[in-house]
Amino acid sequence: MAQDKSVISCKNVWKVFGDHPAQLAGRLGPDTTMEELRASGHIAAVRNVSLDIARGEMLVVMGLSGSGKSTLIRCLARLIDITSGAITVEGRDLGAMTETELIDLRRRKMGMVFQSFGLLPHRTALENVAFPLEMRGQDRISRIARASEMLNLVGLGGREGYFPRELSGGQQQRVGIARSLAVEPDIWFLDEPFSALDPLIRREMQDEFLRLKAMMAKTIVFITHDFDEALRLADRIAIMKDGAVEQIDTPERIVMAPATPYVAKFTSAVDRARVVHAGALALPVSGRSVEGTALPATETLHTLARRILQDDRPMIPVSGADGRISGVIDRAAALDLLLGPAA
Amino acid sequence: MSGALSRLPRPALALFCLAALLCLGRFILPDGLMRLPEPLILPFARWINTAFAFLRDDLGLMVVTRAISDAVEFCLDVTANLLYGKSRWPMLGPIPWVVIAATMGMAGYVLAGWRLALLSAGTFVWIAVMGQWKWAMETLSVIVVAAPFSVLLGILAGTLAWRFRRVERVMNPILNIAQSLPHFAYMIPVVVFIGVGPKAGAIVTIIFSVPPMIRMTLLGLRAVPPEIIESGKMSGTTKWQLMRSVRIPAARTELLIGINQVIMQSLAMVVLASFIGMPGLGQKLLNLLQSLKIGLSVEIGITIVLLAVVLDRLSKAWALKQPEHLTAGASWMVRNRHLLIWLGLCAAGFALAALHPYFAVVERKQALTLAGPIDAGVDGFIRLVTPLTDWLRWFLITWVLIPLRDGFLWLPFSAVLAFLAGLGWLVGGARSALICLAFILPIALSGWWDRAMITVYTVTVAVVIALLIGLPLGVWAAGRPARASRFILICDTLQTFPSFIYLIPVVMLFGVNDVAVIAAVMVFATVPILRFTIEGLRGVPAETIEAAAMSGAGPRQVLWHVKLPLAVPTLVIGANQSIMFALFMVIIAAFIGTQDLGQEMQRALSSTDVGKGLVLGFAVAFMGLMADHLLLTWAAGRRKKLGAAQSAA
Repeated sequence: MAQDKSVISCKNVWKVFGDHPAQLAGRLGPDTTMEELRASGHIAAVRNVSLDIARGEMLVVMGLSGSGKSTLIRCLARLIDITSGAITVEGRDLGAMTETELIDLRRRKMGMVFQSFGLLPHRTALENVAFPLEMRGQDRISRIARASEMLNLVGLGGREGYFPRELSGGQQQRVGIARSLAVEPDIWFLDEPFSALDPLIRREMQDEFLRLKAMMAKTIVFITHDFDEALRLADRIAIMKDGAVEQIDTPERIVMAPATPYVAKFTSAVDRARVVHAGALALPVSGRSVEGTALPATETLHTLARRILQDDRPMIPVSGADGRISGVIDRAAALDLLLGPAA
Repeated sequence: MSGALSRLPRPALALFCLAALLCLGRFILPDGLMRLPEPLILPFARWINTAFAFLRDDLGLMVVTRAISDAVEFCLDVTANLLYGKSRWPMLGPIPWVVIAATMGMAGYVLAGWRLALLSAGTFVWIAVMGQWKWAMETLSVIVVAAPFSVLLGILAGTLAWRFRRVERVMNPILNIAQSLPHFAYMIPVVVFIGVGPKAGAIVTIIFSVPPMIRMTLLGLRAVPPEIIESGKMSGTTKWQLMRSVRIPAARTELLIGINQVIMQSLAMVVLASFIGMPGLGQKLLNLLQSLKIGLSVEIGITIVLLAVVLDRLSKAWALKQPEHLTAGASWMVRNRHLLIWLGLCAAGFALAALHPYFAVVERKQALTLAGPIDAGVDGFIRLVTPLTDWLRWFLITWVLIPLRDGFLWLPFSAVLAFLAGLGWLVGGARSALICLAFILPIALSGWWDRAMITVYTVTVAVVIALLIGLPLGVWAAGRPARASRFILICDTLQTFPSFIYLIPVVMLFGVNDVAVIAAVMVFATVPILRFTIEGLRGVPAETIEAAAMSGAGPRQVLWHVKLPLAVPTLVIGANQSIMFALFMVIIAAFIGTQDLGQEMQRALSSTDVGKGLVLGFAVAFMGLMADHLLLTWAAGRRKKLGAAQSAA
């Protein structure tokens, strides 16, 4: 990904907790091991992470608890200072910003949603949503107008006067989402936003999230420990383990070409057919005769399952977005992927 | 037995043996091991007096304290004028009692509904009708001024301690000592710098009630969930905005509980401040008790108790009240209906007062009194129980108290030191042994050893009786959930009473002597042990009890083998609080005649001897802190063991 297109860019970012992390700063390199750090009384929460997030992209950072994903997102928002490395946001060095510049950045460019909502218990839903606007000194009438508009957008119109404890978990998170969007940020951080919710509500909120995401072009960093959620939402997924990024790639590539055994283990239980698109399986045409109806390359095998089953050609053509044949699928391979390898 | 002995750590065993040897060898050992020899006693009191004289005369601290006390006095004059018509600026008062009663009732209604409204309005009606209005208002006018000062100071100091680790590290030990210093120790320096009277009463009240506010502020600010702070930061708050709009409001509950504690501490202190010339309910009660007018002192006692309960319930209700949304589009009338009702009630009150003077001020001769019937009833009761109480008194004094006291005094101080160091070692190794010595050695060095041993003896006897009563009662009360909650409620209510109140019934029953003191201390110390026994037993996880029951344990076996062992750490905390309460009470009870540190402290108070008063105060505080250290360290170790056993299982 080209440097100039990226909104957020991390270069060899380390976050080390412990007795004297500042003394370590100069000595941290790609081959510093966990054991070395532990011996000196330190623990690395984020280990040598480098990544770029493009404008309008949605990156899902995914990992088990304790893998450093929450620390990473807090570094990106500079809620905590990194130990070494550099983070740039829209070309500006985040670590070099003064307090005032940082506050200004958060007031105009950033919004964040938290796992346990982080609502102010003494303020009504409306006042919570209006809070960031109030902090940047917006006048009362315009901020109330904007806050009610946001509440309507997340489907909480009519609940403006409710206090957080009078709302259900899902409703509280809707308030949290509305608050994070109130300042119209370009960058949207979501830290396990749906993890504290029941599975049914979670699904509903994911749909809601996709609806909101489609409405506005934002750069999004989304943290989750739920792989299905990651597959459902992501443009790209970064998988973290022990503070380091194991692989950062499209969902399909993560599933089909895991970079490390850890990623492979992680993805082994995933139903590949729901992730892999017809285009990804396609082989070059290379002189084979391709006739008859073609499968659309952008659909997942799962959606095409019935058609593949009923089509008895050994090689089925695939058509790209422009309608032209772009390749062929080996039917046997596709069936293997759908039903599991033949016994 | 020998098995148990050999399991003790070696040094602890050696120290216990040393203590026993010192006791046995009492007759052949040099005097220097019995009591610290005169030349070794350090003149702490003189040093403190010199330091205070330096502060007062050379540093001119007097000017500062005068300035502060003038500010306080101005506020006191305003409230005194409004509440009971003292002729000072703004010359508006007194506010008719019906208006104040209506206001308090309304506050009760808004905070917790009808029942509290009736209780708080009823209390003020009782005060007025019984002709105690002026005294009660004298007392309240001080609380109204002192509590806000304490709250502000507490929030300020608490915030500093929260912000700067170093401040907290310095402040923590000071708070520990401050919270175990007896009330009187606060009064003496105040008398030196301010004098006597309401002003001094207010200032000592402010100082006394700050520590809990500092602690609750620190606790509250610490307890704000990190995500709320992060969400505040991500909303682009500056540091000041974060403090004002996020941290402080999110710590609301803890801060309000702090305010509740400030109010209760203020009430306890303001009643006791009668010893330094603070007029009001406390002084009235003190005079009546000293002249043994039981009926009238019971009347005052009821008033103080009612005030304590009302103030406690109101401030707690405020702390627990959660905001509730209003129906959208409610009119101004609906949104402000409480304000409107209150204004209406006040207007009605003023009108009523204008119509008939009875509703403005109840004159002395119009006041009702229950003293006659109470006196008659009490007399009858006393006559009935006198044979019993007389016998009890005789028995206790001759066969228990005097021998025990002589026993405590007989002990060589060196043996006590060795024993306590051994106890310390047993609980927490060399560190605890040294801590115990550091607390107990200054008492020996101060030269107040004998007095201190009498205090220890009184507290020991009282706490042992309290345990004998509190533990079985607690076990019984915890038997049924409904009964347990009822007992907890009673304990909570009893704990809000100012300690002074406990003297009324014991003086009534036993007169003025050692037994009365021990009875008062004992009753006061039973409340916490009862409370913590119930909570400890109720806190045992239901699953553990079910597992024991499924293993075929009967109720008695479940109690002995499961509930009690698991409740022990909580029980120890109760015992610890019992000892603290007992130490406070034994000093207050001094004025009905003891020969311990408390009596000397009262002497120091009447001769305004700061040095002596503070030395005695610290002696009491150190005893409390030592007991605190021993018990809590043991309980912590025990809990760790239980926790380890549970997670291993």
